[in-house]
Amino acid sequence: MSEQSVEITVNGKTISAEPGEMVIAAAERAGEFIPRFCYHPRMSSVGMCRQCLVEIDTGRGPMLQPSCMVPVSPGMTVDTESDTTKQAQEGILELLLANHPLDCPVCDKGGECPLQDQAFSHGPGESRYIEEKRHYEKPIDISSLIMLDRERCVLCDRCTRFADEVAGDPLIHFVERGNATQVMTYPDEPFSSHFSGNTAQICPVGALTAKPYRFKARPWDLEQANSTCTSCSVGCEISVHSSRDRVLRYQGIDNDDVNWGWLCDRGRFNFESIHAEGRVTEPLIKTADGHQATSWNAAMSITTELLNESLASAGASSIGVIGGSRGTNEDAWAWAQLCTALGIERHDPQLGDGLPAALLGMPRATIRDMASAATVVLLAPDLKEELPVLYLRLRDAVVNGSTRIIEFTPTGSGLTRHAWRSIRHGAGDAGSVISATLADADVQAQLSSGPVVVVAGRGNLATSADVEFAALRQLMTAVDGATVLPALRRGNVVGALQAGLAPTTAASDTTSTLTAAANGQIEVLVLLGSDPLADFPDRELAIAALNGAGRVVSITGHMNASTVDADVVLPAAVMSEKTGSTTNLEGRVAPVAKKVNTPGVARADWMIAVELADRLGHDLGVSSVEGISEQLTSVGASVGSVWNVPFETSAPDVNVAPKGGYDVDLIVSRVMYDGGVATASSPSLAGLANGRAVAVNPAVLEQLGIDSGDMVRLVSEHGSAELPACPDDRLDRDTAWVAFGQPGRESGFGDVRSLISSSAPVSRIRIERVS
Amino acid sequence: MARLTDENVTLAKEIIDRYPRAKSALIPLLHIAQEQDGWVTDEAMRHIAELIGVTPAEVLGTGTFYEMFKFEPVGKYLINVCGTMSCALLGADDLMHAAEEELGIHEGGTTDDGLFTLHRAECQAACTEAPCLQVNYRYRFRTTPVEVRQLISDLRSGRLDDEIPPHGTLARVRQHIPADKGVGAVDPSQVTSPPEWITASAEGGAS
Repeated sequence: MSEQSVEITVNGKTISAEPGEMVIAAAERAGEFIPRFCYHPRMSSVGMCRQCLVEIDTGRGPMLQPSCMVPVSPGMTVDTESDTTKQAQEGILELLLANHPLDCPVCDKGGECPLQDQAFSHGPGESRYIEEKRHYEKPIDISSLIMLDRERCVLCDRCTRFADEVAGDPLIHFVERGNATQVMTYPDEPFSSHFSGNTAQICPVGALTAKPYRFKARPWDLEQANSTCTSCSVGCEISVHSSRDRVLRYQGIDNDDVNWGWLCDRGRFNFESIHAEGRVTEPLIKTADGHQATSWNAAMSITTELLNESLASAGASSIGVIGGSRGTNEDAWAWAQLCTALGIERHDPQLGDGLPAALLGMPRATIRDMASAATVVLLAPDLKEELPVLYLRLRDAVVNGSTRIIEFTPTGSGLTRHAWRSIRHGAGDAGSVISATLADADVQAQLSSGPVVVVAGRGNLATSADVEFAALRQLMTAVDGATVLPALRRGNVVGALQAGLAPTTAASDTTSTLTAAANGQIEVLVLLGSDPLADFPDRELAIAALNGAGRVVSITGHMNASTVDADVVLPAAVMSEKTGSTTNLEGRVAPVAKKVNTPGVARADWMIAVELADRLGHDLGVSSVEGISEQLTSVGASVGSVWNVPFETSAPDVNVAPKGGYDVDLIVSRVMYDGGVATASSPSLAGLANGRAVAVNPAVLEQLGIDSGDMVRLVSEHGSAELPACPDDRLDRDTAWVAFGQPGRESGFGDVRSLISSSAPVSRIRIERVS
Repeated sequence: MARLTDENVTLAKEIIDRYPRAKSALIPLLHIAQEQDGWVTDEAMRHIAELIGVTPAEVLGTGTFYEMFKFEPVGKYLINVCGTMSCALLGADDLMHAAEEELGIHEGGTTDDGLFTLHRAECQAACTEAPCLQVNYRYRFRTTPVEVRQLISDLRSGRLDDEIPPHGTLARVRQHIPADKGVGAVDPSQVTSPPEWITASAEGGAS
């Protein structure tokens, strides 16, 4: 870079800038702040607000030019402090304030408002306007999360540009023109983007506000701590803002490696679940009269006794630990150490809904590798729904870079419109479809044109992990030098796997543990922040396992389906209540911060593990989170580094049976908002889940003679479920898609998991009319 | 009110095919919608969005920029009385008053029978012919209150049907390019050489 750098002079100082860089950015790096409203470093420059006018001299004499639109050129002289510059900037501010209401005392943005700040720093101090300002109806809902006050809007185009350029959801747009120009949605079509919260964060005035934060605090009352979002495994950098021991909002921080400042709405707003009603605040013990609150001492004594008894009577194989991917690296490490100390082999942070840990044994890619790859092969669930900010990064790589996507999907995804090739496959036949695709000369030429990154995850929960993993292995063998970016979804799943919670053998994963429990071979089942009843794809097995297990110990922050009947419930701290680190899908270790106290007597998972170990006669050798962090650092998991632990990559071969009387492939995948506890216990998000339905090709509905919304019965070899049908022309006629984990009116009724058997490689169904 | 008729969808698709990017057909399609219903309905905008693969918000945003697209019902005849300088000095107000009286509505209103909408317009670029007005963008130059009343009566009786089509009609002769006569749409990113006519003129061909 340096040999190509461009020398320019800003306010008499010579600085070096990168070729093509805008004057405003170069000046800022050199410490000369030029006021701005529309300019945003992660979006294209548009020169809308004119606030960044400065005098630029390129040899023809100084001229006022918007510094966000002028790229640096050699010998350029910039004056950001001249009288002319000052006069122009004051003039622009006076114009911007001509219509902007001076309601700062009641405006949520007051105190952190670029318009307010720059009116003080670069404004004229007073206005000559005495005319009436422009009036609009005060804040209107443009989505269920975002409100728009058009009177405050300065038409900077940041939100509309974000929606169009970054999110790819241009659901808001400038309408009308001249003095009547305003940001607006289409009538009755809300700004229901998965990324709408970002617009409230980047709005340089108080025009866009997010409902969960409205009127909750003033910025100067907020305490802040840098942390990492663990809603999914992308690991976006956030700032946690709290006041009076309550988390009030998360704001995205621009991390060049990960999220570029963006967050998805689920990650941004599910902090509400921290203070939800359903939090477990005290240890609970099941009695004849239901759960009774007790002391930690009593609860730990009982748990110790349960573990000791089962170790003595049936050995360590009668104990299973499920979960751990919702905690910190430290939590996972402590639990892994406890398992090792007790000889427990049955532990798995995934719930049969991911891919084998062997995935992490493949050559790994980072997000940056993905964004700069020549080809990205998607063998993953819909990134827009499951790993939303990874979707933004990949979309950017395609739209603004030269990356091409080859997508293998049973249903289409949010990236289909950006894919160079989007290839459909049915349940269990991804392998043959991949072979056929790779035989194509154009595809071969594309794959050999540069680095290839495979984004790999569990695309279909109704197809077994082994089948999906076999397709991935086949792809990796066929494409030389390809690397993998694991698209596993839970916040710290990679950290938990690498910290030692990965199943010791294939026979000790969650599916095997639950099968053993259903067969009465498990004495104590420990649920480490997991909810198999809601999350395990095979509903019947999960129910049988929880009934068949001798005792269930649930360590959880929130009451959930699997906790309701647990013998012991230990209250756990959730994110923003504990310190430590987390590992994102690329292996990057990032800090998580404690910003509020736990409710009641809840503790971090690692403390519970350390105390249990102590009571069981094992010393884990640590007594603080710092102690564990040191241990983790010694194995490479220090904050800021990319931590990769080698795994064995062998996996069983699988055979997929031919279609029998069930000729429709069942595709089950997750969407952004479901019945999961973080969403369901966040009041702002809970209503956004779509509810249960099955999507089928419109021709299928026609053939059955039913209308959209009518109930159909889905029948597989393992069970049946009745769901309302909705037409979706993205699907083939022999494919049906159901969103996983949607809240139902009645548990069990219409639950797609009834159709799935964890022992079947694929799930095929019949669709029948409900007469 | 309605989405585009089958006939108009056929026409819309022909227009879309003239452009390398479907989005480019947005404004011609808005004209078709306005021609069909006399104004651009919400349903038509949704339909256009589907046809060219954009969101309805983008259609609304682009459409509302243009004053001549109407997003609420207007009469069969839209009378625009020029109110800018030359016309104002030469009696625009009298024309407006005459029209208001004759139609029984105020400036900006639409008659109950849905025949007339009366607007005051900005300069119509006919200052030498002031005062002037337009009916569905067809001029009436150097007009008088008496002529305005006569004009309205003629429009009511249908005597001017040949000259002035209903609001929304751009032209009664439609451009039609048979599929085999067009040069075909080419994706701009696929264009590697300058257009043929540039090379032709550089070689001293037709200038």
